[in-house]
Amino acid sequence: MSLMHTDQTAPRRPASTTAVMGWLLVATLPGIAALTWHFGWGVLTNLGFAAAAAIGLEATMLRLRHRPVAATLGDNSALVTAVLLGAALPPGSAWWLILIGMVAAIVVAKHLYGGLGHNLFNPAMVGYALLLVSFPGPMSLWPSPDGLLSPEARPLGEALHQLAGLTSLETRDALSGATPLDAFKHKPEALMASEFWADSPLPDGALAAWQQVALAWLAGGALLVYKRVIGWQIPVAMLGTLTLVATLLYAGNPSHQGSPLFHLLGGAAIFGAFFIATDPVSAATSRRGKLIYGAGIGALVMVIRPAGAYPDAVAFAVLLMNFAAPFIDYYSEPRVYGHPTATRGIRVDVDKEAR
Amino acid sequence: MTTPSLGEVSRHGLWSNNPALVQLLGLCPLLAVSSSVVNALGLALATLLVLLGSNVAVSLIRHQVSGTLRLPAFVMIIAAFVTCAELLMAAYTFELYRILGIFIPLIVTNCAILGRAEAFASRQPLLPSATDGLMTGLGFGAVLVLLGGLRELFGQGTLFVDMDLLLGPAAAGWGITVFPDLDFLFLVLPPGAFFATGLLIALKNLIDDRLERRRQARLPDRPRETRRVRVTGTIR
Repeated sequence: MSLMHTDQTAPRRPASTTAVMGWLLVATLPGIAALTWHFGWGVLTNLGFAAAAAIGLEATMLRLRHRPVAATLGDNSALVTAVLLGAALPPGSAWWLILIGMVAAIVVAKHLYGGLGHNLFNPAMVGYALLLVSFPGPMSLWPSPDGLLSPEARPLGEALHQLAGLTSLETRDALSGATPLDAFKHKPEALMASEFWADSPLPDGALAAWQQVALAWLAGGALLVYKRVIGWQIPVAMLGTLTLVATLLYAGNPSHQGSPLFHLLGGAAIFGAFFIATDPVSAATSRRGKLIYGAGIGALVMVIRPAGAYPDAVAFAVLLMNFAAPFIDYYSEPRVYGHPTATRGIRVDVDKEAR
Repeated sequence: MTTPSLGEVSRHGLWSNNPALVQLLGLCPLLAVSSSVVNALGLALATLLVLLGSNVAVSLIRHQVSGTLRLPAFVMIIAAFVTCAELLMAAYTFELYRILGIFIPLIVTNCAILGRAEAFASRQPLLPSATDGLMTGLGFGAVLVLLGGLRELFGQGTLFVDMDLLLGPAAAGWGITVFPDLDFLFLVLPPGAFFATGLLIALKNLIDDRLERRRQARLPDRPRETRRVRVTGTIR
């Protein structure tokens, strides 16, 4: 009678989009909490305005495209895009900056390409890259990590003032500090890395703050992997390749390159690996493909960070590998059980021709 | 090949077969140079001149050139007119000539020009060919200037700045600042040109769609057909 108990072997029902996006939102909470703890209320004003803009834009686009508005809004995907972009922007960004980013993400990258499931590129990263290219000034103004409870911490009212765009660029510039990657990027050529760090180029506690934020993202990412919302392949391949390349660079020139740990925790690598690169629509889909895709992002990050013009490179690396994802999928499709290995593409089957 | 009426030729060049919005030809200068109105207008005028000249010349020699030699001959004609345009710009609008740089000689490779020579002027008499060159050039130029205006307005927040480079000192004061402190680098850079061109194409298709729907609505109602089961044919 044990044959009657088929529940154990029955395939799992695939998770609904709403559930997947819900878990993603839950998993961002530790990272958001850590960001808010270190960088102040500006993180929350970013997220709040981005979410409002995302829902408004999504509803407008759905109506224009004659799609069911309420049912599609309920899948939370616009909200996830808003949270990812809002967390990536410098805390306390002005409303127009967030709005332009959300228009690029929701209207252009998502709906002009056909809506959820049809977007070639990660919407949040399209918005981020557009802003980074267009407004290098406001995009580099990260506030110094004073902490939410310290006496220097600025109140919520000031964050709202910044969101309204009423704080002048000069004032914000005075309150901001360079991110670790940005500071290291602009290290004078003659200065050795050890001398650079001895000079304490960052505001107090900045490096520790960034590392704690990265670890908080890691906790959220671990939850996603545990709940099988995302596969382990992309984050592991991306972070592994990044560490490997960073180690090689560091071993070759330790006096001028950042250490692997610095590259791993000093920027957006962890956040990108678990929350950005794993976007199920724009990433590669097969298991082998995911490994290649993640490794490509990790390698590109470590090419762009030391050699490129921008201090952090996760957005550009992800977008570049989005281009390659269909190609990777084409060549990494798994063998169907009972069928021989697929022969296609540039491989020439010698045996068949001899026959 | 029958000769279309001049009105039809004009409509084709300006709207329904617009080189920039429909044929998508000459995109390289269109995207590279349309960062401000003055740049766009300068290149638009140069292209118009070359297009008009080459269409007239090609139409005049169309019976003398053999089929095998026609393309090299057309290219030589176009190159000659481009050289004329280049020298004229160097003589009268030197600053703009310096700004546009390589894109003036590159008019030779603008497929819209060779396309009109091959597809139209080599088969049609002088007057339609000249009209076609003029109207296609105007259609291309209109899109170029519109794109330049959009990108200048929303990229730098200004309009008609530096028009004196093209139109002489009288135009020196034309520049207006619409949005002070605006610096939307994306639109100033080439990707923004791609994006803006896409939006213009979408806008044109939208207008065409509306016009077509209005035309359909204006047609007299077809008599209703009464369908009945098990009856062959229809009863009107």
